[in-house]
Amino acid sequence: MAGALPPTAQSVEAGEAAAAQAAARARRTAAIRAAALIAGLAVLLGILNALTHGDFLAPGNVVNVLRQISVNAILASGQTFVIITAGIDLSVGSLIALTGVLMAGVLGAESSIALGVILATLVGVSVGGAAGAINGLPVVRFNLPPFITTLAMMLMARGAAFLYTGGKPIEIDNPAFNYIGSGLIGVGHAFGIPGVPVPVIIMLAIVAAGHFMLTRTRFGRYVYAIGGNEEAARLSGVNVFAVKLSVYIISGALAGIASLLLAGRLNSGIPQSGQGYELQSIAAVVVGGTSLAGGRGSLVGTFVGALLIGMLYNLMNLLNVQSYAQDVVLGAVILAAVLLDELRRRYFTSG
Amino acid sequence: MPIAQAAPYLVLRGISKSYPGVRALDGIDFDVRPGEVHALVGENGAGKSTLVNILSGAVAADAGSIEIDGRTVTVSSPRQSEALGIAVIHQEFNLVPQLTAAENIELGHEPLRGMVIDTRELHVRAAAALARLGVTVPLDAPVRTLSVAQQQMIEIAKALSVDARIIFMDEPSAALTGQEVDRLFAIIKTLTAHGVGVVYISHRLEEVFAIADRITVLRDGRLIATKERADMTSDEVITLMVGRALEAHFPTLPPDPPHTTPLLSVRGLTTRGRLQDVNVDVYAGEIYGIAGLVGSGRTSLLRAICGADRYDSGSVTLGGAVLHLRGPHDGIAAGLALVTEDRKSQGLILGMSIRENVTLPHLEDFATLGVIDRPKETTAVATLSAELHVRSRSIEQAVRSLSGGNQQKVVLAKWLLERATLICFDEPTRGIDVGAKAEIYDLIVSLAKGGTGIIMVSSELPEVLGMSMRIGVMHGGRIVREFARGEATPETVIRLATGAA
Repeated sequence: MAGALPPTAQSVEAGEAAAAQAAARARRTAAIRAAALIAGLAVLLGILNALTHGDFLAPGNVVNVLRQISVNAILASGQTFVIITAGIDLSVGSLIALTGVLMAGVLGAESSIALGVILATLVGVSVGGAAGAINGLPVVRFNLPPFITTLAMMLMARGAAFLYTGGKPIEIDNPAFNYIGSGLIGVGHAFGIPGVPVPVIIMLAIVAAGHFMLTRTRFGRYVYAIGGNEEAARLSGVNVFAVKLSVYIISGALAGIASLLLAGRLNSGIPQSGQGYELQSIAAVVVGGTSLAGGRGSLVGTFVGALLIGMLYNLMNLLNVQSYAQDVVLGAVILAAVLLDELRRRYFTSG
Repeated sequence: MPIAQAAPYLVLRGISKSYPGVRALDGIDFDVRPGEVHALVGENGAGKSTLVNILSGAVAADAGSIEIDGRTVTVSSPRQSEALGIAVIHQEFNLVPQLTAAENIELGHEPLRGMVIDTRELHVRAAAALARLGVTVPLDAPVRTLSVAQQQMIEIAKALSVDARIIFMDEPSAALTGQEVDRLFAIIKTLTAHGVGVVYISHRLEEVFAIADRITVLRDGRLIATKERADMTSDEVITLMVGRALEAHFPTLPPDPPHTTPLLSVRGLTTRGRLQDVNVDVYAGEIYGIAGLVGSGRTSLLRAICGADRYDSGSVTLGGAVLHLRGPHDGIAAGLALVTEDRKSQGLILGMSIRENVTLPHLEDFATLGVIDRPKETTAVATLSAELHVRSRSIEQAVRSLSGGNQQKVVLAKWLLERATLICFDEPTRGIDVGAKAEIYDLIVSLAKGGTGIIMVSSELPEVLGMSMRIGVMHGGRIVREFARGEATPETVIRLATGAA
């Protein structure tokens, strides 16, 4: 290299000291900011709690909110993978219906309780994953917009669910399957709650696993790289075909799992279920700070997004806000959240 | 010269601007007189862009004052900047590709008749703006169908249509051919004759000395000198820009490696419409230069060799083994590296950190069972980044916020992290400053000394001549002639590359 002289010991030390100082400063500011945020949130939650006469933060209600968001949080987790690659998946709501009725069909045909659950789960996840592959293939092979391919799947899967059931729900009579959707895992009546709902455990496990994949693995790095600059990723040897196809498969398979929780809770496979869920999941992703342009975002953010939306609905119910007004508020909150996030980003990353 | 007496139209005093961690401008005094060409030069990261951004209203200065015609003004939006008579012509044009030339020139201030656009008046005005420049461009043609040079003229006409008094031109000749540059200079002369002040920002010092009345040199955000052109020489300007004297442009090349068994052997490589029966051998430790115009097949050749594009027929042999590459991934695994021409669209993921960009092609070696070993990654990138003198706050900095030269070093680091046996460089020094260029030349030579085979494509003739052991000239998808060391002259290379031979 040009200035081929090795850096002197002093200059290296001075550089390292400066860097260490800068890092320490950055850590301090981050810590202060985090503390301020937590304090602010605590005050806000306290006020809201007081407004609901202590119902909002009652352990039973908190668990209830977590259970309510579990289906959306799982859908949004898959959606996050897709959106970080700059794609979108509009089919997840319909896939809930399709995999739900198919699982109900399998459970009706299989008399063994254990085998029924295993077969139904396999069918749900693999049909969801296969639908995801059908979403993704035209995207990676022919460069079709994912908006179109998943819109087509949204219509096809919904129609197929109705065709399969003739429009009627299929009842599920399998206690083990229903346990997955509505069972509790006991915590010995600690924290004043009877137990942690199984869907909450499954949701947390999926969010944790997804977060690990995105932040710590090669696959996750490639997902971000493709969303950031697909051509540069390809020229760097990233198997764009496989990675992009995988995110649609992941999204479809997670829709199968979300469907399992929903069908288990409702004790039936319902062809009308999951309507509008694709938009709810996209809302959670964007409120969680993931960019629809791709390359940026996080699964923890998505979980927080789903949680915020769920808390908001819950709070409005506790405050007896009528349901039409709830959607108006939710829409406004989504807009405000994304706007705030954008302003914050501009403020902190000028230059 | 009357210019010397004219009162300046625009005066900046003590302009400063800091970004987190960087002092981009530090107390800059700068002025532009009516009818002069004032060249602004400096390495990447010297502060030229920041200065332009302040005057165009895109960013606000932290300190200092701006005066126009003796009055202190604030420039807080692009609209305000336009109203003050300041126009900026960026490297990437701000034209709407689907609209016609005339519509683009009048965009934002269309003449109206009632509620609708007065198309006839619009054409009259657009034609008048072009006539002032002494150029003709088809007014009804959609801008996307026009050449780069024509688009630039439309940008200039657009500036004139809002009565710009000062026009900033940021690297205006970067995408132009020699003839088109002459044309641009003629237009600049017309502008100055009408009393417009032109600020000419360029890396190309020959052009600066051909057109400028005064020259201002910036370095590291500070004003180094403002002088009449007549009082400066090109060497002086280079010294002021880099803060040290550069004796030789190019490093001394090592002797040719023995031409026994070639490292790379390309035979009959053909891609319909792009490559025609290309045959070339490159030896380990050799720097093989490729000269040729844009579209001659030089980039296609590199891409085909490295697996980025498929080819129809022919063979590529590396180290004795015939390659069957299905994509860039196979090329990398075989020991090939392609340093692409356009770092922003092909070389880097701008939103990612230096660390993430550098390890992207090699993640397999930094992961066990798919999980990335972060400490190992950090150590490797930090070491390499220091060796290459990448100027950044830390390796976690997003590459978007680095200067062009430093971005290019990150691209190089990507391909040096693991030793490739053959590296293809496509325009390795495009758009970067003199100092970073010299570092990249030294790096290429040291790679060759270490036994790496190098193919280097460049549009800059001196670079090809000064850096290559052998040179292949491409034209029409073929290597039309190969020169041994010392055989090539600028004239013969140009003649072959343009097909005039």
